[in-house]
Amino acid sequence: MIDLGLSEFCKWLAATSLSQTIQTTGWIIPALQTIHILSVAVVFSSAILVDLRIWRLLERDVPMPEVARRFLPTVWPVLLILLTTGSLLIIGEPRRSLLNSTFYLKMALLAVAIVLTAGLQRSISSSPNSWDRNRARRMAGRFAASVSILVWCGILFAGRWIAYTQAG
Amino acid sequence: MQQFWDFISYFEDSGLADNIRENDVLFPLIESVHVLAICLVVGSILVVDLRLLGLASVNRSVTRVTSGILPFTWSAFAVAAASGILLFISNATKYLGNGYFVAKIFLICAAGLNMAIFHGISGRDLPRWENETVLPLPARLAGGLSILLWISVVTCGRWIGFTMRVH
Repeated sequence: MIDLGLSEFCKWLAATSLSQTIQTTGWIIPALQTIHILSVAVVFSSAILVDLRIWRLLERDVPMPEVARRFLPTVWPVLLILLTTGSLLIIGEPRRSLLNSTFYLKMALLAVAIVLTAGLQRSISSSPNSWDRNRARRMAGRFAASVSILVWCGILFAGRWIAYTQAG
Repeated sequence: MQQFWDFISYFEDSGLADNIRENDVLFPLIESVHVLAICLVVGSILVVDLRLLGLASVNRSVTRVTSGILPFTWSAFAVAAASGILLFISNATKYLGNGYFVAKIFLICAAGLNMAIFHGISGRDLPRWENETVLPLPARLAGGLSILLWISVVTCGRWIGFTMRVH
């Protein structure tokens, strides 16, 4: 029943004039995907650089709050670009993602990544001085950083896998 | 030239290439690793490029930014290159016949050359100005050019997927 409704919605979406334009202009989808991947590169690298700093694997000589201030604020505006290009890609090929369980896995992982990144940013900026000294906080931070690395890698894998699991 | 094609087909006909070609999971798996690694290369090199342009990390010297970030960039590049070579040998002849693939390889070489010129020539007197916010023109050019080249590399990479059917 739900599948049927979703399928109808895809059909309606694919018939809109915006979708028709995206479908019939050959360069639009690869161009949107290119912007999408470049934005992923920025968000993903920012998150991973902070995660690796939490593990003290790079930029050890820089205080944690400074690293977080340098990289994390970039994530949010770039996520808006991702949301826009992602939505346009869905409008252009609704069935490719909306009828694809890999897409929903990606969205679920993205929700976790957003909560983790926002939590990390808030926790570092609310008590910048205790971050490198407090042991309990350091351990919690390392746990969050490990989950963040796994979840972001999962998002990238799921993203690539959408192309291989789409409904026929 | 014949030697070059013999060399290519030696790898393309190997059991490893055959496995990547035929296995339903192996190709997307290596491809995902490739995309992941390229994202880290592009994202982390952008940190250095923006410093050269005077747009980010300006309160740190160029050397402190590069020594903090570039080892990470090179590790990611090694993963991207290794996974890229595996994808390449699975369909080497087809890739070599694809203009976007050839362009991508040249653009990566150009990005390397740009970096070498900066380190070897325009960055030789680096200690004199590396703490400034606004760096000399050659340094800013190197940063801007690097951003453009890496955007082009990703663009060509994505276009390969639309101009060549691997499966």
